[in-house]
Amino acid sequence: MSDLAKNDTLKNLGLFALVGGLIVIVGFVQGWNTAVLIINMGLISAIMAIGVNLQWGFAGLFNVGVMGFVALGGLATVLVAMPPTTEAWTAGGRGVAIALLLGAATIVGAVQVMKRMAPGHKRTIALLAVLVIGFFVYRAVFDPAVEAIERVNPAGTGYLGGLGLPVLIAWPVGGLLAAGAAWLIGKTALGLRSDYLAIATLGIAEIIIAILKNEDWLTRGVKNVVGIPRPVPYEINLQKDPGFVESAANLGFDPVTASTLYVKFGYGLLFLAVLLVVLWLAQMALKSPWGRMMRAIRDNEVAAEAMGKNVTARHLQIFVLGSAVCGIAGAMMTTLDGQLTPGTYQPLRFTFLVWVMVIVGGSGNNFGSVLGAMLIWFLWVEVEPMGLFVMELVTSGMADGSALKAHLIESAAHMRLLTMGIVLLLVLRFWPRGLIPET
Amino acid sequence: MDFLNAIVALANYILVPGIAYGSQLALGALGVTLIYGILRFSNFAHGDTMAFGTMCTILVTWWMQSAGISLGPLPTALLALPFGILGCMALVLFTDRVVYRFYREQKAKPVILVIVSMGVMFIMNGLVRFIIGPKGQKFADGTRYIISARDFKAMTGLSEGLAIRTTQGITLVTAIVVVALLFWFLNRTRTGKSMRAYSDNEDLALLSGINPERVVMYTWLIVAALATIAGTLYGLDKSYKPFVYFQLLLPIFASAIVGGLGNPLGAIAGGFIIAFSEVTITYAWKKILKYLMPEQLEPTGLVQLLSTDYKFAVSFVILLIVLLFRPTGLFAGKSV
Repeated sequence: MSDLAKNDTLKNLGLFALVGGLIVIVGFVQGWNTAVLIINMGLISAIMAIGVNLQWGFAGLFNVGVMGFVALGGLATVLVAMPPTTEAWTAGGRGVAIALLLGAATIVGAVQVMKRMAPGHKRTIALLAVLVIGFFVYRAVFDPAVEAIERVNPAGTGYLGGLGLPVLIAWPVGGLLAAGAAWLIGKTALGLRSDYLAIATLGIAEIIIAILKNEDWLTRGVKNVVGIPRPVPYEINLQKDPGFVESAANLGFDPVTASTLYVKFGYGLLFLAVLLVVLWLAQMALKSPWGRMMRAIRDNEVAAEAMGKNVTARHLQIFVLGSAVCGIAGAMMTTLDGQLTPGTYQPLRFTFLVWVMVIVGGSGNNFGSVLGAMLIWFLWVEVEPMGLFVMELVTSGMADGSALKAHLIESAAHMRLLTMGIVLLLVLRFWPRGLIPET
Repeated sequence: MDFLNAIVALANYILVPGIAYGSQLALGALGVTLIYGILRFSNFAHGDTMAFGTMCTILVTWWMQSAGISLGPLPTALLALPFGILGCMALVLFTDRVVYRFYREQKAKPVILVIVSMGVMFIMNGLVRFIIGPKGQKFADGTRYIISARDFKAMTGLSEGLAIRTTQGITLVTAIVVVALLFWFLNRTRTGKSMRAYSDNEDLALLSGINPERVVMYTWLIVAALATIAGTLYGLDKSYKPFVYFQLLLPIFASAIVGGLGNPLGAIAGGFIIAFSEVTITYAWKKILKYLMPEQLEPTGLVQLLSTDYKFAVSFVILLIVLLFRPTGLFAGKSV
């Protein structure tokens, strides 16, 4: 190892230690519960950031639909882990299934018409006829089935429920769902210019959220699905377990604190395991001939194509892979929350924040993504109390009850968007390659 | 009579809202398309630029309302609009000087500029929330209707009413005036011509002595004006909420791309195409079909193709179709 590389490794270790230190400070100031919470969400964010890094850092694909893929992961959690609503299945399960098949058949039919018939007015008319008739038949089957499902105990269920399988299975399934959506969108939008992929992904994310919010038969919509089974024990059960209470007392914790910390650490270990696997895979991919090919395509598409590389196919491949990683992270996040709340998915938080993580960490470097995710998530959580502190300092001289003082203190909550924007712009300007640059 | 009623219902629920919304989208899309043509990147901060300009207008409107200044039947916001435009111009010129100019000098790739605009979007979004808060704000005043449904019924004796709100009328008139001014500027004035030349061929324009910084400055000034006007009209017509403006990004981009990015005429056409498809596909047609169909054939359902929550899906699907079949948009745009 040369001196330079050694220096780099030292610097990177230092950066990770710095973020670790920041979180330890949070532990002492705001309590360990908050600190572990930051670590857990940081780990999940790191996986999302690696997904985006695969697409942007390795291949230069501009995906601003991260939120959609994350939400699909959340949907997977519900579909896999929640108990099935048998009554709803008998009421409308078959209808919905038939309707969805009819819908798929319509699209396949339309594609066949496009492919088989000669271009011209006849084809346009046939195409429109297939689509319009297909749509109305689909709605005729779909609507009554959905109504029947949503009538089943609307306050408690009113949806089909899931498969009742262990929730950990949902994580890979979330990846698969996201991969499927990514394949569809990649098939249409890849190969066009880069901005179009951005707009297309922005759109698909909004549509996925709209579906989650409105298709009550699938996700209960804005009524939320709560009480998703957990991969770790419940605090209340731990507190009742005499063995646990005793070992907690031996360590000097009261049972309540000990149980919450135990559960959070349990989640943390699970997330860390997934992160390490994903990180290892991403590193192997980066170093492999495949990774070098990806970067060659990113740096010069024309040259890579001239060397016989199939640029569009490779782009599709890595787009699907990266989105799948985001889907896995989304499933993990919904598992951690224990509920699916479609109303809380916001593009600034789930798409653009992940982008800030990747850029700040260093695009093209997986360790950079992990560092960026931890650091930015820490800032995202902590800027609000810090902003409040600053505002209280600024307004301490003002008279109590003045409108400006109240307004300033109230506005502190919006400091985080401002901070994220400034951090992103500063990094782009002065460290365009990020904290840990690509090697 | 039934036929007339159907026409009036169509005008009331589809034509009037569609024209108003289409004008707003067209003005927004013009801004996006100008930036794309001259500065060559997709500006993700456009929705938040609109929100910022509108916020300036609202603040001045409130001040005017409290000072007792009004336009009588017209909303005070029209009087405050020039001040809002000035505020927005100051902000975008500042952003250009501090942020974008550096990357222009570096000749950075367009996608880097898009990411930079993401950062600007965060900051503007934060600024707006910081100053006016994330909640919805009301600032419309003046007469509510040019013609209300009840007056119309009394006038014509039809059972279906046609209501045209003042804001809808103002939207259309303002949009026509602004678009006419813009095209006059682009086609007749020296600066406008140099902008078009710069957009068509940068090197050639530089060779013929056009000052690029001047072109860029004028572009930002025009974009700020367009964004503020579009935002204020939208806010008057519907309501002002910062997050909604961020979400407008999608239909606006769809309009600009459908019409052909970089093509101003296309942006206007695209705006109306997107607006009318959104309105027609999410409207419950039962009311109109009731008049046109014989009684036994009357539809039982609402005949709503998609629920209004899916209006984003509509602009998106149109966008996809156009991208698949005509990647440069309906009116040939750039495909740089």
